[in-house]
Order: sequence, then structure tokens, then C-alpha cells
Amino acid sequence: MPNPVEQLGALSLSLLREMGRMVNFLVYALYKIISSPGKPIHILKQLYFIGAKSFFVIFLTASFTGMVLGLQGYYTLTKFGSEGMLGSAVALSLIRELGPVLSALMVTGRAGSAITAEIGIMKITEQIDALRTMALEPFKYLVSPKIVGAVIAVPLLCAIFDVVGIYGGYLVGVKLLGVNPGAYFHEMEKSVEWKDVYSGIIKSISFGVIISWVCCYKGYYAGHGAEGVSRATTSAVVMSSVLVLIWDYFLTSILL
Amino acid sequence: MIKLVNVTKSFDSQVVLNNLTLEVPPGKITAVIGPSGEGKSVLLKHMIGLLRPESGEVLVEGEDITRMGRGSLNRVREKFGMLFQNAALFDSMTVFENVAFPLEEKTRLSATEIRDKVHEALGHVGLKGIDKKYPDELSGGMKKRVGLARALLLNPKIVLFDEPTTGLDPIICRAIHQLIKDTHARFGFTAVVVSHEIPEIFDFTDHVAMLYRGEILEMGTPAEIQRSTHPVVRQFITGSLEGPIRFV
Repeated sequence: MPNPVEQLGALSLSLLREMGRMVNFLVYALYKIISSPGKPIHILKQLYFIGAKSFFVIFLTASFTGMVLGLQGYYTLTKFGSEGMLGSAVALSLIRELGPVLSALMVTGRAGSAITAEIGIMKITEQIDALRTMALEPFKYLVSPKIVGAVIAVPLLCAIFDVVGIYGGYLVGVKLLGVNPGAYFHEMEKSVEWKDVYSGIIKSISFGVIISWVCCYKGYYAGHGAEGVSRATTSAVVMSSVLVLIWDYFLTSILL
Repeated sequence: MIKLVNVTKSFDSQVVLNNLTLEVPPGKITAVIGPSGEGKSVLLKHMIGLLRPESGEVLVEGEDITRMGRGSLNRVREKFGMLFQNAALFDSMTVFENVAFPLEEKTRLSATEIRDKVHEALGHVGLKGIDKKYPDELSGGMKKRVGLARALLLNPKIVLFDEPTTGLDPIICRAIHQLIKDTHARFGFTAVVVSHEIPEIFDFTDHVAMLYRGEILEMGTPAEIQRSTHPVVRQFITGSLEGPIRFV
């Protein structure tokens, strides 16, 4: 029986190997995007799948997030007599933080899991091998379009999230709780700077890379059978979500 | 055409191909037979570079593909067509899209030319009017035929068949064998068929190689293999329970 030090060493090596393989996967996918971008139709399909088909869930999540922010913000700000600042509080929370993070988490759950399952099933049914035998590069069809699609779709979804969320906050703050509508938008305009907007965009773009990279990778190296695909899908959603949150912290500390 | 020299491959600690040497004659149909789980599909995947051996050479028209990069390997793969055990059709595409896919990606043919070629290829395998069906709407035999149409579309020099009749009834089985024979006669490719369909395999192949415990035990014409006195070969082709082949 191996001693604990050996076990720790083996675990560390296996983690390092996995990390190396993941980085190689991303580098090769990015190289393929530049060297053989493929047909625009493949990217358009992914834009539709990751972007357009996530619209409803983003709309729903954003509405309620904005409404909750409106409620919570109102009750906190009234304690200081500053309920006029509600628009500013809702907008800054959404644009800087909640919009990019929550839209990324929603895309992970809706599209990321489907990406892993699709690629995983293609792997276990030898469809990826079939592409190789036709002398076609699987990355060009399965990975690169998804990364490009996610990098374009996630920031757009984040922008939709921000706008819908702001109107959700407006609905609760102005229409239900009686905050002055002029104050809501005026304070927002005064406090939101271009820096806040572009930090949200940068976050979203990087989240798009993380989601598509992790989900494609997990599908590409899915284990055997239905159980292998199921494990890969779970692992992809968990890892993407955790990485999004970790990366968000580091980006925030840089961009603040 | 294809030559494997001293090829060794193992998965974890299990040796699947053990210093195996095999030469596939050009323009002929060669069958690789052997008990299930003996590495026949692994052998086939080495021929097209889907797997790389730990040692040994895999020569395709004189070029060793085991040391090639992706670009060179893809150039060699242009010579191949492959029919997978489960046909490996793209399940999100219709039959038409599946067969048209290599043409769309690898040629500059117009939509009309592609349509004509796809219909011609489907006609060769006896399938018409199923363009809009998805793979999960097809029977096992139909899937194999669509897979064959796709594999033959770019006129490959070498076609690999991985258990083309597994799971099919005897009539469809015979029809697929006949189809392989007919398409081989029409296109003249080099064929390697992995199968354990005994004795049907002897009816349409030119050479038969017996794979057992990672090695080619015997290779010869179907008649020579059927006359073999090797106990393993004899047990396998007669399907006897008594003999050196152990089963669980």
C-alpha cells in the first residue's frame, strides 16, 4: 500500500498533468482559430446556440436580480435617507459585478453543459474519430467555433442582463416603492463611468473563454459510456462556475 | 500498401498488440479475424493513425505514420475511408448532410454537384429517398450503408471496415458483405475488414489474418486459413468450446 507522501505526490502529478493538458488544449484551440478559422456558418450556429437560445433565461434572471436589488437597495438606502441613489446602486452592482458573473453562470448551466454533452457523446460514439479519418481537424468544427461564439455571445448577453436588470430595479424602486424616476436615472448617469462598463465587458469576454474552454475540454476527454459523459458534464459545470468566480475576484482586483 | 512492423501497444498494463507484423496487399480485401477483445479495432486504428504504438512502425505507401505531425498525418489520411463499427454518423445531421459533409469541407463543388454526388453515392449502397432522415431513424444496416457511402465518397485508395456487420441479422449481414465486394470491384480500393463473421468472411476476402494475443498467428488465402492445423485457428473457425482459446 502506498504511503501518504506517495499518494500526495501522485495526486499532485496527476493535477499538474491535467492542468498542462487543459492549457495545451486552449492554446491549440486559439491557434486553430487564427490558422484555420473555418466557415462563418459554424460560428453563426454557435452564436445562435450560446447567445440567442440563452436570451430567455438571461432575461428572466436579470429581471428578478434587478428587482431584488431594487428592493434590498431601497430598504438599505432609506436608512441613510439616500433612496435617490437607488439607480446608481443597482446599475453599478449589475454592470461591474452581477451582470457579467450571473450571465456567465446562466450560460454555463444552459449552453456549457450542452456543449460538454454534445462533444462527449460525439467522442464515445466515434464521431470525433470519424472526423479525423476524413482528414478533418476536430478542433476546427467542435472547439474553435464554440470559443469564438462564446466570446461574442457572453458579453452581448451580459449587456442584455445589465439593461434588463436596471429596468427590473426601476420597476420595483420607482413603480412600486415610489423612488423619483428622474433621480433613479440621473444618479445612475452620474455615477456609472466608462471604466465600469469596460471592466464588465472584459470580464464577460474572459468568462466566455473560460466557459467554452472548460466545457469543450471536458467533453473532448469524457470517459467511457453514458456515465463518462454525465460525469464530464457535471464536472464541466462545476469547474466553469468555480473558475468564473475565482477569475472574477482576480480581475476585479486588477480592474478596480 | 500498408505494413505494420513490430508494433506494440498496451493500455495501462495490458498488452494489446505484441510486436505485431502484418502486410496488407494492395488492391485486395484482407480480413483480420480473431476473438472479441483481442485488439482488432486497435489494429485498424493504428493503420489510420488514430492510435500510436509504443514501438514499431506503421508504413502507409512506404511512409511511417507513427512519427508524423498532424498535418502530414492528415495528408496520409486523405487516402483512407473508414466504416466504423457503429457507423459513427454525425447524429445531429441528416443522412444527406452526413454524406455531403466531406465534400462540403474538402472540395469546392457547387451545391448541385454535391447533391448529385451524394445521391449517386447513396444509390451505390442501395439507399434512396432517405435524405432527410436522421441517423436515429435508421436501422443498423441502413446506418452502415450510409457510413459506407460517406467513406467511399472521396474515392479513397484504402478503406477500413471495423466490424461492418456486427449486430445485424444474417440477411443484412450477407447484403453488407456483398456490398463490400461490389464496391471493391467497382472502385478497386485496398480493403481491410475486421470481423469475426465465420464462415461468411471467407466468401468475399482475398486474404485472412488471424489475430490472437496481440500477434498475427497465421495469414493466407481463405482456403489456406480454412485448412490450417493451428489449434487456435481451428478452434476459432469451427467455433468449438474445446481448445486453447479461453473465454469467460
